[in-house]
Amino acid sequence: MATQQIQRSAEQSWTLLDLLDQAPGLIALSDTLVEIAEEGAPVVALTGDLKYSNGLVRFAERYPERFFNMGISEQNMVSTAAGMATLGLTPFVADFASFLPLLCCEQIRTDVAYSQLPVRLIGHHAGITLGFYGTSRHATEDLAVTRAIANLTVVCPTDASMLAASIRASVGWEQPIYFRIGRGREPDVYDPENLRDFEFGRAIWHHRGVDAVLISTGSMVSPSLEAVRRLRDEGHDVGMLDMHTIKPIDRQAILMAAAAGSPLITVEEHNVIGGLGGAVAETLSEKGSRSRLRRHGIPDVYSLIGPPTHLYRHYGLEGAGIEAVIREELEKGR
Amino acid sequence: MSTATTQAAVDAKTIEQLEERARFIRSEVIRLISIAKVGHYASAFSCAEIIAALYYGAMRLRRGEPDWPDRDRFMFGKGHAAVALYPVLADYDFIPTDVLDEYTRLGNPLGDHPDMTKVPGVDFSSGSIGHALSAGLGMSLAGRVQGRDFNSFVLLGDGEQNEGQVWEAAMSAAHHRAGRVIAIVDRNRYCLDGEVDQVMGIEPLAEKWRAFGWEPHEVDGHDVGALCSLFRSLAKRQDPTVPAVVIAHTVKGKGVDFMESEIGWHLGFLSPEDEKGALDQIEAGNGRSS
Repeated sequence: MATQQIQRSAEQSWTLLDLLDQAPGLIALSDTLVEIAEEGAPVVALTGDLKYSNGLVRFAERYPERFFNMGISEQNMVSTAAGMATLGLTPFVADFASFLPLLCCEQIRTDVAYSQLPVRLIGHHAGITLGFYGTSRHATEDLAVTRAIANLTVVCPTDASMLAASIRASVGWEQPIYFRIGRGREPDVYDPENLRDFEFGRAIWHHRGVDAVLISTGSMVSPSLEAVRRLRDEGHDVGMLDMHTIKPIDRQAILMAAAAGSPLITVEEHNVIGGLGGAVAETLSEKGSRSRLRRHGIPDVYSLIGPPTHLYRHYGLEGAGIEAVIREELEKGR
Repeated sequence: MSTATTQAAVDAKTIEQLEERARFIRSEVIRLISIAKVGHYASAFSCAEIIAALYYGAMRLRRGEPDWPDRDRFMFGKGHAAVALYPVLADYDFIPTDVLDEYTRLGNPLGDHPDMTKVPGVDFSSGSIGHALSAGLGMSLAGRVQGRDFNSFVLLGDGEQNEGQVWEAAMSAAHHRAGRVIAIVDRNRYCLDGEVDQVMGIEPLAEKWRAFGWEPHEVDGHDVGALCSLFRSLAKRQDPTVPAVVIAHTVKGKGVDFMESEIGWHLGFLSPEDEKGALDQIEAGNGRSS
């Protein structure tokens, strides 16, 4: 990083700029944008006074003429990106997930999605990851909002490697996309080599199982895998599916998960209404599935303030919490 | 009026042509709305000279080439006046003329608000007040990335000045030195519920734009010669870094006396009998305020 080193009186002090190198997901965001730009993709990047928070400063240093800091004017930023896309550019617009799809919902609908412009919206720090910064900074409605917007593809990359793979997959994708990411510090789940055939709308099976099947997305894949592996080690035949694309949802994979009548458990860092759980419920009920569905996530409340790890524990969205939910479903049987 | 730009006078023949085109726009508005059986006559009439001066006097266009990338762009904030644009797009062979004859009917690409995915030459879809200036800014910034020097003309309503996003875009365009963005405020003084300055006052408007870093101009929005001269001078600025706004003082419903005096004509329908009277007035060019 070419960021300036600042003299400090104590070694333990740190600033926002020090965090940049500690977030592999955000490094992957900028580095992949630079890579596809170097390969000829007409990338421009926009943010609203958040280039350090989302790491786009790295892209800005490489391509200053293609980076636009739009200030704290998010609605203007989204409509401006739409205008840019009319000339064939591919704008990547990054902002907090608590603002981008909610504050700019109407601009996303009318200017981006209705107009079928290939704008890429990146809602970062989604879910409850901003912890004690306040409930207003939590984004637990963004999937419900974006999923209801026609023409919009909605993707929740699991880790840095999948974020890179999904940005690559977006090259040539004609529809606008909402990428929902965390704060870039999600544990590695994938090796880039394993994502060579990554496709939007095609979920990734980690384990097949019949006692219960987890369907998780984004930041919840890693703790879900942790829980599933513990139970499998105990001999429970628990399946696990990474549903990285919320729209178009992989209906075939959902129906395969439900084929044996196994209980399904959706896990998302989002309100249980309208996101992954909602999408799976729609698919199951339309097909008349025998499978019971447990939607695990934020239970339609405004999340509490607290350190992120405490919040994940409070809502049962860490490995142990997810494991407890699976055990409850296993006890109920099929 | 306030201008630092050198303006060349427009010759009498051009003025006559532009006035004829404004009459053409108004009469086509009446014809199209007679097909839809409801429409925004008054909002379209207040900007008829503005559109005539832009499309027939100032913009860089090529007949039959809506996709020419260096074409000047035009978009509406007040998209409900698009019925005034469609006849011009047909006249430029951007859309087939017979599409006009089916205006708003099931499956026709032309609606009350314009849709860029359906209508060649419509540079941006509208329907939501307050977005267009941002879109015009985006086009201009993209033009800079691509090395193109087209202008983006954005027609805003005066009621639209109430929208916060207009001022976000104004701040942003000045900050990004987007001098190829030219905003036009159709200052017809009325929004839906009555006088703009009674519903939500916007004055002092020119001072607001100036404070946001723009170069404001004021003009009689029905004087095609003044409009054409001003638009041409703004369009031809060399490497402009300051965006310009033209506050065009207009009359809502201009050209038809009963529409000029009755705010209900923001939206309405003319019976065939009244339609004839309106067309006669337009042809004679003798609306009440003329």
